[in-house]
Amino acid sequence: MTGTDASLPAGVVRREFDGRDRLATRGEPVYGEPTDGEWRAWDAGRSKLGGMLELGMETGLSGGETVLYLGAANGTTVSHVADFAGATYAVEFSPRPVRDLLDACEPRPNLFPLLKDARRPETYAHVVEADCDVLVQDVATRGQADVAVRNRRFLADDGRLLLAVKTRSEDVAAAPEAVFEETVADLEPTYEVLETRRLGRFHEDHLGVVATPR
Amino acid sequence: MTTDDAADADATAHSSAWFAAGDTESTGDRIRSGSADAPADWPTLAVESGFAVDEAEYYGKLREATVEAARAAVDERERADDRQLLHAVRAMDDAERVANELAERVAEWAGTLFPDAGTGVEGCRDIAERDPDGPAEERVVSLASRVADLDRESDDLEAFIESRAPVAAPNLAALAGPVLAARLISLAGGLEALAKKPSGTLQVLGAEDALFAHLRGHGSSPKHGVIYTHEYVRGTRPEDRGSASRALAGKLTIAARIDHYSGDYRPELEAELDERMRTIRARAGDTAAGGDGGGSE
Repeated sequence: MTGTDASLPAGVVRREFDGRDRLATRGEPVYGEPTDGEWRAWDAGRSKLGGMLELGMETGLSGGETVLYLGAANGTTVSHVADFAGATYAVEFSPRPVRDLLDACEPRPNLFPLLKDARRPETYAHVVEADCDVLVQDVATRGQADVAVRNRRFLADDGRLLLAVKTRSEDVAAAPEAVFEETVADLEPTYEVLETRRLGRFHEDHLGVVATPR
Repeated sequence: MTTDDAADADATAHSSAWFAAGDTESTGDRIRSGSADAPADWPTLAVESGFAVDEAEYYGKLREATVEAARAAVDERERADDRQLLHAVRAMDDAERVANELAERVAEWAGTLFPDAGTGVEGCRDIAERDPDGPAEERVVSLASRVADLDRESDDLEAFIESRAPVAAPNLAALAGPVLAARLISLAGGLEALAKKPSGTLQVLGAEDALFAHLRGHGSSPKHGVIYTHEYVRGTRPEDRGSASRALAGKLTIAARIDHYSGDYRPELEAELDERMRTIRARAGDTAAGGDGGGSE
């Protein structure tokens, strides 16, 4: 059974895997996830964006967007994004995971890997196009709000920032609430924050943020 | 306002585009080393300039170039000498740990079969030489010989580190010794990462448990991590170890930065460290005479 859901982008469905209702996209499997025909399960417990969709956040995704994805790691989430989006730029700074990311790129002609530092957008502005529809950010570095602000230049004026804030990257000793508040405050001058939600059920100490440029 | 900015950028940006490659550079190289202040509508510009006949061809070429660039960068980084050191020191520690663990098992088992069986890796080496009598002894002797092999592998890995560290990180290896140099690189996750750490972080690398306990409010801050194994820390009297660790970490940080950013060997670093350590250790003599330890040689 394939269920459609108004809050999910085209190309993402809820489907039953082993008796459980899960998100799924259509594409080549990447990390040993369960498959059903051409559909493959999208594990919300391993993907912050998957968690945001699972919790019903208004991501504004409808399918076919141009996406800049910061913190692609080994390609788990970005491979699902490339399954339903258009041109997808995947930025990752560590060489080790990029080797796996390259495997995810193999069967996906719209997924472009970039071994770059998300804190230095000028090092990939000669490759990534202007006016992207969506900026997805999941980087484990201090100054996550600053990274989002610096990468504003790639986003269309009506585009969406989908940010997963990891509190432990900012300050291991501080209370998560304090880090969330500070991060959102740092975003405010550049972005209008539309929605925030703790991703607790899927990702401890993470905050999901949906925002749009001011 | 941003649309005007974008239009201005489009007019001047073309020369910085990844596909505006000259004759000497491949597009993959351009992706790796190029830069631009702002993005532009690259797909449209590429079609206008004749780089691609349409968007579909543009994206095809983009994918080919980005995959080539990422693959080349990954290959290069993984072959780098500091990566080899990192793996070697981790493998050495693993081999040693497993050898000791297995040696305990062998000692326990061998004790029931050979009344004169020794303990530890040394005991295993002895048992590995024996002629087994019966299936049980066969197993014990075989297991003991694996321990002896693992121990030898650990020694070979150490020899490898001793020969490679001075090449990959000449200054760090000279100041810290090859094995400690490799260990610091391994804990930081690479020479570049180590070079970018402040000296206070290098000082407590390997003491993360104590550091985080301190940050949570339990206990005092650690004075040293893995650099404790250095003679200049271990061999300094306890009340001066904080100063010694700080001084050593400071010089090791400078050494790592020189190794990463320039790579030439600078013997004066070692002389400076020796000098500083003499001053710190002189305090031990000064306190008896009532001095405050700032004395010169």
